[in-house]
Amino acid sequence: MTAGVIGKAIRRKEDPALIQGKGLYTDDMKMAGMLHAAFVRSPFGKARIVGIDASAAMAIEGVHAVYTADDVRDLGPLLAQVAIGALRPLLADGVVNHVGEAVAMVVASDRYIAQDGTKAVDVDYEPLEAVVDLEDAASDRVIANDSNESNVIHVWEVGDADAVAAARASEGAIEVSVKMINQRLIPTAIEPRSALADYNAGYGSVTLYSSSQIPHAVAGAIGKTFGLTSNNVRVIAPEVGGGFGAKLNYYAEEALVTFASRELGSPVKWTETRREASVATIHGRGWVGTATIIGTSDGKILAYELDALSDMGAYTQNFTVAIPLLGQYVAPGQYDIPIHWKIGCVVTNAPTTDAYRGAGRPEAIFYLERIIDAFARQIGMDPADVRKKNFFEEFPAATAAGMLMDSGDYRANLDKLLELADYQGLRQKQEEARKEGRNIGIGLSTYVEVCGFGPSALAEGGFSWAAYGLPAAFNGSGLVRVNPDGTATVMIGTGPSGQGHETTWAQIVSDALGISVDNVQVRHGDTRDSPMGIGTFGSRSLAVDGSATAQAAEKVRTKAARVAAHMLEASPDDIEFADGGAHVAGSPDKTVTWAEIAEVSYQPHRLPEGMEGGMEANAVFSPANATWPFGSHLAVVEVDDTTGDVVLMDYFAMDDCGNVINPMIVDGQVHGGLAQGISQALFEHAIFDEDGNLLTGSLLDYPIPTAGDLPSFQLDRTTTPTDVNPMGVKGIGEAGTIGSAQTVVNAVIDAVAHMGVTHIDMPLRPKRVWQAIHRNGG
Amino acid sequence: MFPRQFEYVAPASLDEALSALASTPGAKVMSGGQSLIPMMKLRLFSPGTVIDIGRIDGLADIVEKDDHISIGALVRHNQTASDPTVAAHAKALSQAAGWTGDHQVRNRGTTCGAMAHADVAADQPAAAIALGATMMARSSSGQREIAASDFFVDALTSALSEDEILVELRVPKASNGSRSAYDKLGRRGGHTDYAVAGIAAWVNVGDDGSVTDARIGVTGVGTRPTLAEAAAASLIGTDGGEESIRAAAGLVTDGITVIEDLYGSVEYKTHLAQVFTERALQQALAG
Amino acid sequence: MQVSMTVNGRTRTADVEARTLLVHYLREQLNLTGTHVGCETSYCGACTVLVDGKATKSCTVLAVQAEGADVTTVEGLANGELHPVQEGFWERHGLQCGFCTPGMIMSAVALLNENDNPSEDEIRHGIEGNLCRCTGYHNIVRSIEYAAATMRGEDPPASQWKDES
Repeated sequence: MTAGVIGKAIRRKEDPALIQGKGLYTDDMKMAGMLHAAFVRSPFGKARIVGIDASAAMAIEGVHAVYTADDVRDLGPLLAQVAIGALRPLLADGVVNHVGEAVAMVVASDRYIAQDGTKAVDVDYEPLEAVVDLEDAASDRVIANDSNESNVIHVWEVGDADAVAAARASEGAIEVSVKMINQRLIPTAIEPRSALADYNAGYGSVTLYSSSQIPHAVAGAIGKTFGLTSNNVRVIAPEVGGGFGAKLNYYAEEALVTFASRELGSPVKWTETRREASVATIHGRGWVGTATIIGTSDGKILAYELDALSDMGAYTQNFTVAIPLLGQYVAPGQYDIPIHWKIGCVVTNAPTTDAYRGAGRPEAIFYLERIIDAFARQIGMDPADVRKKNFFEEFPAATAAGMLMDSGDYRANLDKLLELADYQGLRQKQEEARKEGRNIGIGLSTYVEVCGFGPSALAEGGFSWAAYGLPAAFNGSGLVRVNPDGTATVMIGTGPSGQGHETTWAQIVSDALGISVDNVQVRHGDTRDSPMGIGTFGSRSLAVDGSATAQAAEKVRTKAARVAAHMLEASPDDIEFADGGAHVAGSPDKTVTWAEIAEVSYQPHRLPEGMEGGMEANAVFSPANATWPFGSHLAVVEVDDTTGDVVLMDYFAMDDCGNVINPMIVDGQVHGGLAQGISQALFEHAIFDEDGNLLTGSLLDYPIPTAGDLPSFQLDRTTTPTDVNPMGVKGIGEAGTIGSAQTVVNAVIDAVAHMGVTHIDMPLRPKRVWQAIHRNGG
Repeated sequence: MFPRQFEYVAPASLDEALSALASTPGAKVMSGGQSLIPMMKLRLFSPGTVIDIGRIDGLADIVEKDDHISIGALVRHNQTASDPTVAAHAKALSQAAGWTGDHQVRNRGTTCGAMAHADVAADQPAAAIALGATMMARSSSGQREIAASDFFVDALTSALSEDEILVELRVPKASNGSRSAYDKLGRRGGHTDYAVAGIAAWVNVGDDGSVTDARIGVTGVGTRPTLAEAAAASLIGTDGGEESIRAAAGLVTDGITVIEDLYGSVEYKTHLAQVFTERALQQALAG
Repeated sequence: MQVSMTVNGRTRTADVEARTLLVHYLREQLNLTGTHVGCETSYCGACTVLVDGKATKSCTVLAVQAEGADVTTVEGLANGELHPVQEGFWERHGLQCGFCTPGMIMSAVALLNENDNPSEDEIRHGIEGNLCRCTGYHNIVRSIEYAAATMRGEDPPASQWKDES
C-alpha cells in the first residue's frame, strides 16, 4: 500500500488544465466545415401550429437548411426510460405544449446567422388554453397535452393507510398538517448544453460531442434513433460544465444535430443560450402537497402522511415519472414510523421536469422534516429531541417505504452536529437577541439519501437504459491498465461534471498498486475508449464504478504480484506494493519498480510459464444494495421583520457518506449541494403566468446565489461505512441539497414563529416573509 | 446572445457624434453598453446604427466646479462610487453607484448611461433626483438643461430627444447643512441587484437643527424614478425627529402609481418605500 | 470592420462584424476558448477578461469597442508559472466543473490588484459578478485568501482538510 493515499486531501489532477483555460468543453470544439444550428421555439404555452413558412429564412445568405417535424417524424419521439405519458416529438408536430418547445431547426454557417434565421421563420400559431397550476391540472379541467387522456398519468403510493387511520383515532393523538409547495426549479449549470455531431456516411458512423452526464446512454439512444449499432456511435462528453441531473437526459437537440449532420454531410454544432436553457433543459422539483404528522405530546410520532402532486411538465422524458418514486424510497427519513405516502404525477403546459440534484429525495425530506418541525412546535418540544425520539436505532433497518437501509448511526450524528454548532449556546443567543428585538432563528433537519444505484436485479424493475437501446443494468465498470513505462491508465464509464473522478480514481488505483497518483491517468467520457458505464448521477459513481475500479486494480495487483515474485524469486504472497514498485515483505531492498514489472509484462517470454502478456484488467461491479448516506444540518438565520429580508448567518452540516477517499473533494460536494438547497429555500423559483409563459427565464429574474449571498459553511462528518461495496463508500453528490432547503425554512419559521407565522412557502423572498408576518399583524 | 446586424460608428468628437445622431434615424447612443448590449443580444432592441461615444475625449472626468460637480458622459459607476468629491457632496449618488450592478458592470457602465437608460429600478436616478441634479443634453443645435426630476418620463424613457446626448450630469455641491443618503432593498436581498424599492434622501438642516429643505427620490416601486414631493414637503420646518421622519415616510408614495412585479405586491412595495424613506432620512439627518 | 487590439501581449488584427461580441472574437477567431459564455444578460461572469486592466464581461462588449485595448484572458495569466490566483484555486479546491473558473479567476486577479488584503466580506462582494453553481463559493473564498496571502509574500492560511485514513 502507498501510505495515506486514501483519505488524503490530494489536490485535483483535473485542475491544471481548467485553471489555465485549457480545459475543452463541447462548445470549444471545432471541426472543418462545421455548421451551426439554432432553434425556433414556441412562444405559447399551448397552441396549434397552423403553418410554418421558412422561405425568408432560407433566403438569408449562409442559411443551409430549415427543418421541421415533417423532416424528422420518422425518427420517432424522444426516447424515455419510464415511458408513462406522452413522449416528446423531436420537433413539435402540429401542436406545441409548452413555451420553448422546439418547432424548427435552422442550420447556418455561423451562429449569428443561425439566430437571424430563426427570427425569419414565420410560424402561424393558434393559441389554445394552457394549464400550469398543478391542482388545476389535476382536475383535468383542461388537458395539457392532448396525447394523454388525463393529466394525472401515474400515482405512486406506499405505506399503510390503515395504520395512519388507527393512529388518528388513537387516544391523545395530536395531528399537525401543513400544505406546502416545493417549487419548480431551473437547474442552471453554468455551462449551457451543447452538442456537436459529425455523421460520416462513408464510415457509417457518427461522433457526437455532448455536454452530458451519460455518454454511453446517449450513444445507445443515438444508435437506436438512427438505426446504428452501438459500435458505430461514439459519444464524447469532454469537460462538462456542471450537470446536477439536467444533463442526465437524451435530448432532442442531440438527435437533431446528428440528423442535420447526416442530411448536410457536415458537422453541426448547437450551443444553448441561457434563455433557451431555461425552457429547453429539464426543470426540477415542482410539488404541492399536504404533510401530516400524528403523534403524542411526548414527541412520539404515530404516523406520517403525505398527499401530493408532482409536476411532470408537458412531456415525459428520461426519468420524469420516476422522480417521485426516488422520493418515496426515502419517505420516512431516519424514522421508524408508519407512513402513508401518495403522489400524483401531473402533466402541465410547462417544460419537462426530471432529475435535478437530489431528484425526488430533497422534496420528500423537505415535507417530512418541515412537518416534524411543525409537530415539535405544536407540542412545545425541542425539535432535536422529537427527532431523536423516533430514530431507527438498529441496522440494517427495514422502513415503512419497503426499503432496507444498510447502515447508520443517526443519534451520534445529530449529537455531533449539535455539539459542533453549540446548539444550547445558540438557543441562549437567540433568546438574548429576541430581547433586543432581533429575530434569530435556528433550524434543524436530518435526512437519509438512497443512492449508489444499483443492484443489477433492479433492471427487472426498470433500472437500466434498455429504452435507449442499451440493455445494461446500473453496473459500474473500471479498466485498469499498467502501461509499458510503468504508469497506469484507468478507463471508466462515468460522466463526471466536476466531481473530481480523475483524482479520486487515481487515489483508489494508487492505493492498490503503489503507483503514485501523479502516474495514474484516469480517462472517461469517450464511449469508444471507456468500458461500459451508465454515467454519473444519483451519487452513484464512486460506490459503483469506483468499486469496480478497485476490483480491477486488485486483479492487476494479483497478476503483478506474480510477476514481481517471479522477478524477485519470491512467493507472490510475500509481495507488497509501495512507492512506485513492489518488494518482498520484510526485505525492502528486494525491490522492482513498476517500470520493470511493466517491461517484463509486455515481453511475455520473460513472464512465468503460461502467463498472458500485458498488465490490465477490467471489472464489472453490481452492488448488493443501494447505499443510504445520512446526516443532519443546522442553520442560523436572522430575519428583518421590517423588510422580510433573511440573512443566513451560519450553516452547519454533519454528513455521513461512509468512508472518504478525498476529504477535500467530499467537502466540495457538500458545499455545492448546500448552496443549491439553500438557494431553493431563499432564492430560486421558476414562475409561470397562467398562459404558461416563464417569467423567470434569465439570470436577471432567476437569481442563483452569488458569493455575497452565502456564508462560509461549517462541516464535519461521522463515518459509518456500508458493507454493500468493498470500499465502504456511500455517495455525497446530493446530500448537501437533500439536507438543506428545509433546514433553512425551519430556521426562518423559528425566527418568526413568535409573530404567529407557522409556514411560508419557498423561496423565502423578502416579500413572502414580510407578507407572512404582516398577515399576522406582526 | 447574438445581436442583429447594425452599423457601428465611433466618432472621435462630440460634434461628429451629434451630427451622426442627427443624420441617422433610429440610431442609438452607446457609452458603456452595459444596458444596451444585453438588450441587443436578446433582440429586445435592435437599433440600425450604434453610435459609440466611448472614444470621445474629455467626457470621462469628474470635475469639481464652483457650485456643482460635473460628471461626464463616460464616467463609470465605479468612478462615481469611489470619487471622494462625490462622496463628500453627494453621498446618495456615491452609495447608489456603488450598489449598481456588479464589479464588472461598474467598471464599464456609466452613470450618465444609467440615467439615459431610465430603468424603473435603477439606483442612481433616485439619487440624481433627490440631489437636485441637472442633466445636460446636447444636440447639434445646442445644449439644454433638464432637471433630474423632469428627466425620467416613463419606463426606459427619458426626456432626451432622439438627436440628443446626455453629455454631463451636474450635481449641486453640498452646503454646510445639506447631506444625503441612499438605501434600498435589492432584488436578491440586502443591497444586491436592482432596487425592489430604493430611496434617496437629501436634506438641508438649519443652524437650529430644523429641516429647511428636503427632497426624496424614489425608485423601484413605480414606472419611473420619481420625486416624492408631499413627503419632502412634510419634513420641511420639522426638527427631523423620529415622528416627522415617520410622517414623511407615510407620504412617500403619494402621487406614485406603485406597480406590482415579481419582487413585491403593491402593498409590500409601498411599505418598503416607507421603510427605506425612514432609513435613508435617518442616515442623511445623522450626517 | 477591422479591429486591432493586444491580446495576452500579442497584437491581433482581424475583420469582424460590428455585432461580434468580444467573447466570440476571442473564442472563435483567436481560438482562446478559456473564456466562456454562460448567459446573455451580463450576469454570470464566465466571460470575464481584463480590458486595460479592469475586469470586464467580454459578452457585453463589442469586439470593435475593444479597438486599441489591452486584453488579458485566462490563457495570458500564467507567466511561465501559475499566477498565485490560479495556484490558490488549485490548492484550495476553488473549482469543480471549471466552467466559471476562468472568469472567476480573472475577477479575483482584478480584485487583488485593487486590494491586496481583502476581508472575507470584500472577497465575497468583489466576486458578486461571477456565478458558480458547483462550489457554494466556500472554497473560492479560501482560494482567493490563499492567493492574497502569497501575493503579499505571507504564508497562506492553513488548509481546512485533515487526512481521514
